[in-house]
Amino acid sequence: MYTFLRELADSWVMLIMLATFIGIAIFAFRPGTKESYDRLRNLPLQDDDVLVEDKSGEK
Amino acid sequence: MQHTIKAVLLGVIVLAAAFATNFARDLSYQVSAIVIILWAGYLFIREIGKIGNAPTPAETGYMDGVVRAGVIATVFWGITGFTVGVWIAFQLAFPVLNLSELTHGYLNFGRLRPLHTSAVIFAFGGNALIATSFYVVQRTSAARLFGGNLAWFVFWGYQLFIVLAALSYVLGASQSREYAEPEWYIDLWLTIVWVAYLMVFAGTIYKRKEPHIYVANWFYLAFIITIAMLHIVNNMAVPVSIFGSKSVSLFSGVQDAMTQWWYGHNAVGFFLTAGFLGMMYYFVPKQANRPVFSYKLSIVHFWALIFLYIWAGPHHLHYTALPDWAQTLGMVMSIILWMPSWGGMINGLMTLSGAWDKLRTDAVLRIMVVSIAFYGMSTFEGPMMAIKAVNSLSHYTDWTIGHVHSGALGWNGMISFGALYFLVPRLWFRKGLYSMKLVNYHFWLATIGIVLYASAMWVSGIMEGLMWREVDAQGFLVNAFSDTVVAKYSLLVIRGVGGLFYLTGALIMAYNLRMTMIGAGDATSKEATTAVPAE
Repeated sequence: MYTFLRELADSWVMLIMLATFIGIAIFAFRPGTKESYDRLRNLPLQDDDVLVEDKSGEK
Repeated sequence: MQHTIKAVLLGVIVLAAAFATNFARDLSYQVSAIVIILWAGYLFIREIGKIGNAPTPAETGYMDGVVRAGVIATVFWGITGFTVGVWIAFQLAFPVLNLSELTHGYLNFGRLRPLHTSAVIFAFGGNALIATSFYVVQRTSAARLFGGNLAWFVFWGYQLFIVLAALSYVLGASQSREYAEPEWYIDLWLTIVWVAYLMVFAGTIYKRKEPHIYVANWFYLAFIITIAMLHIVNNMAVPVSIFGSKSVSLFSGVQDAMTQWWYGHNAVGFFLTAGFLGMMYYFVPKQANRPVFSYKLSIVHFWALIFLYIWAGPHHLHYTALPDWAQTLGMVMSIILWMPSWGGMINGLMTLSGAWDKLRTDAVLRIMVVSIAFYGMSTFEGPMMAIKAVNSLSHYTDWTIGHVHSGALGWNGMISFGALYFLVPRLWFRKGLYSMKLVNYHFWLATIGIVLYASAMWVSGIMEGLMWREVDAQGFLVNAFSDTVVAKYSLLVIRGVGGLFYLTGALIMAYNLRMTMIGAGDATSKEATTAVPAE
């Protein structure tokens, strides 16, 4: 068990995790995200005292 | 029908707990069973009364009742935890305060210490996290909490966990795992509550009206999921008897030590860091009325923290039987953690860029900024103490206690106070806080208290470390352990006074929030009082 885990951690699992992380970081900086990020940044700042149940106006 | 099923279920619980009371093998278990009888019995009677009622129409809008309850619980447990903390701080300086003759050891330091840590981390911090997460996830998802009354189950279930844990420590049942002292049956209960919490939170995100998930929710979600994983693995144990509180851990030796600190450090990383960062990413932008400095940075901050924190636990076991490679791994990972931590700090502080003038007038924002500053300071100190050479001096000394408290009082406490000051006027529909002057007093009392506390512990810790390792020309140790205890007496008193400052600030906050809740000082009620003619 120990040897197996050690083997796992020492080799490709570590590489996969590192690659995943770098992938995420690059993905975060990909071009064309400005619009959604701006929306997200300002999400908490909207007036939020009342919940509008349905924005399409049915109710 | 639903009420009948619930009533039957609660009746069975009462019966089972009554059996458990009868067959209990130890006092702690028996008292827990009695508490469960009272709790389930009350709910049973309430449920019986509801049988036959027409189903109540589903409520709409944000579910804020449970957040209000959480705010009150946070303040209550905060005051409790700080008070016990001040008490045990003075116990260390004046051992007579153990009151051993009077209480037969039930209120000794050894029993009150886990009561203090659990009360501040899990009762104060946990309630703050649950309440703010319920508030934030609804606002940023534009959706009502998922699961209806499940949120109330989470709230009351969590309070029951706290009460059971606190009683068990004083009555002498503890599995002596740091920050995970509750015995097996309390652990099982917390697991149920935590799964319900995850369902409420994730369910609300799932039915969100916003296309994206705001970064604060990512942090909250990571906190909930990781704590579930840590809690289950760390508490794997076999009870000696189903009618007794004693259990035996599945791990032994150095594996057990490593499991405990894998849990212990990630409780810091995911409970006290990730969860509270969720708070920071919502309440700081709200209070400053500015969007978060960089959304890209917040994404990288999040993933870097998630990928790194989980490896840092071994730094608690430097120079032990733990293999050297694991110690080094823990040390290196801790040092790398500097970067995401400071990235997060910069992101929080820079949110104020262009609005720094607000610090002059807004004491609540000042509390938040000080909390971020302490986050930066203690995440600088932590990796430094994780370096083996530094650790050989700092480990087992008061320096560690000082480090923990600059993080807990400075970062977790202050950001929670900020969130509470933000939430109470909104949740109780008031125009503002009762008194900004009192917020200012709280700010200064808390800040000075932390400074007194941390600096006393630095001096005391480094002195202890140096005294312990001092050898004479023949290679003999110069100081006995008791010499260090005598030497640090005055510093222990200063530490206690610092804690007293912090507690006083929190009491002022409790008064201020209470007055805000009942509407004292609000424009409407002010009118009512000034309308009384002066005779």
